[in-house]
Amino acid sequence: MTGNAKTSRGALTPYALWAALFIVVPLVFVAYYALTDNEFSFTFENITRFFTATSSVDGREVHTYLLIFWRSLKLAVISTVICLVLGYPLAYVMARASERRQKIMMILIMIPMWMNFLIRTYAWMTILQDTGILNGFLSVLGLGRVHIIGTESAVVIGMVYDYLPYMVLPIYSIMAKMDIKLLEAARDLGCNSVGVLRRVIFPLSLPGVLSGVTMVLIPSVSTFYISQKLGNGKFFLIGDAIEGQYVANNLHFAAAMAFILMVILLVVMAVMKRITNHRVYGGKAA
Amino acid sequence: MKTASKIYTAIIFVFLFAPIAILLVFSFNDAKSLSVMSGVSLRWYRELFHDEATLQSVRNTLILAVSAMVISTVMGTAASVGMEKLRSRWLRSALNTATDIPMTNPDIITGISLMLMFVFVGRLFGLANSLSFWTMLIAHVTFCLPYVILQVQPRLRQMDPSLPEAAQDLGCTPLRAFFKVTIPEIMPGIITGAIMAFTMSLDDFVISYFTSGAGFQTLPIRIYNMTKKTVTPKMYALATIIFFVILALLLISNLTDQSDKKYRKK
Repeated sequence: MTGNAKTSRGALTPYALWAALFIVVPLVFVAYYALTDNEFSFTFENITRFFTATSSVDGREVHTYLLIFWRSLKLAVISTVICLVLGYPLAYVMARASERRQKIMMILIMIPMWMNFLIRTYAWMTILQDTGILNGFLSVLGLGRVHIIGTESAVVIGMVYDYLPYMVLPIYSIMAKMDIKLLEAARDLGCNSVGVLRRVIFPLSLPGVLSGVTMVLIPSVSTFYISQKLGNGKFFLIGDAIEGQYVANNLHFAAAMAFILMVILLVVMAVMKRITNHRVYGGKAA
Repeated sequence: MKTASKIYTAIIFVFLFAPIAILLVFSFNDAKSLSVMSGVSLRWYRELFHDEATLQSVRNTLILAVSAMVISTVMGTAASVGMEKLRSRWLRSALNTATDIPMTNPDIITGISLMLMFVFVGRLFGLANSLSFWTMLIAHVTFCLPYVILQVQPRLRQMDPSLPEAAQDLGCTPLRAFFKVTIPEIMPGIITGAIMAFTMSLDDFVISYFTSGAGFQTLPIRIYNMTKKTVTPKMYALATIIFFVILALLLISNLTDQSDKKYRKK
């Protein structure tokens, strides 16, 4: 047995070293860069700059980075809610379809996911442009033109488009495994369709909803390409700000923003986990 | 399916495929426009196959994805086996937490964090530019590893632990028992993990963006540089080819999945 223990330790060592070196240590570097200046001496300046820097927008004095962060959070939450509202019924329909249909729909959901997101986003740009395909289509129908590109709506459309599959798949996989007898039992006991949905299906699907929400919220709050292309560069998000500082070789301030974003997301995740644990398992830890 | 749900599903899929349909169509455009179709031609496909920088980036992407897949699959499988046998609970939960980090952290943070470390270490050695193929490979292996581990771990837990023990009782060395019994048992998990690692590496833009050097360009980075300038239908031609490759891969993997099921039913 000692030989066995030695072999299994030998099998684990490379990964343990790798995880320490390339997962944990880099995060320490984020904190280190965030809390130092260009000469690597300790400072809170980068952190305070995030919370206090101001600039004037339309003649008003605003907190530059707090505004950017607030906008990122707002657009990410809106996109996540839209993804949930659009994706939940689709996941439900998929889980109830015949096995063949389920397979086809799975492939159809996964194709856009595997296409490069830069190209997909760019394609949306050509659709939404003032002289783009959507407006061409609308004017042919005699409906007049709409101005979408460069608005927050365009950014939200891009986010919903890019991340909808990440909402559908986890909810679908939970729903597909759901015991159909539970639904029948609820019906036998006098529940109507809405009741079954609200009191049986929805509570049971909550873990899928949670992972779907996480998988949409995190990339949309930190994206830096969609906003540049569909927002015409007018709507800076926190990802754009980090990327901008990286391009400008301002690594310490980029690290500070990444550090703040990471801490806030950790708190949000912990709170969300707590809430669902409470709802799903009646407060008892799973 | 009821009519209402049919219509609903159709609308969602139209939304999902509208941009893809548009880039398919405009890749055959005769003119340079991405919104006005003036004639059908294969001009942009011809130009694509003469664009050496793009072709090189495709080769780079494949080299990187295969290397990242092989390294992360071998290391991740070994790690899963080692973690199952680990007695120290503390160490196990520490490792599981570390494994979760690249999956829950936004890509931009994973990318920035690795970049900061590479730049710092590079500066210690007096390098002006420390980002290269190797830093990218390290980054790709790092974000691929959790996918491999999360696929292999459940397979190991489902496996009957007395199987390798029986092999050892029958005279196998522990190592031989591992390769003859354990590996075949967990093979489906290893293969799925490897495929996921490969596709994650192929598709990654954000982490590559922060960890790539000037000399080594992958396809997503090449596409990013293309979209910074005026885009021609050449990029759509590229996207169309990618679309058909993905479609073929998904169909093949689905068909093999079905034959696998038939085999298991027997």
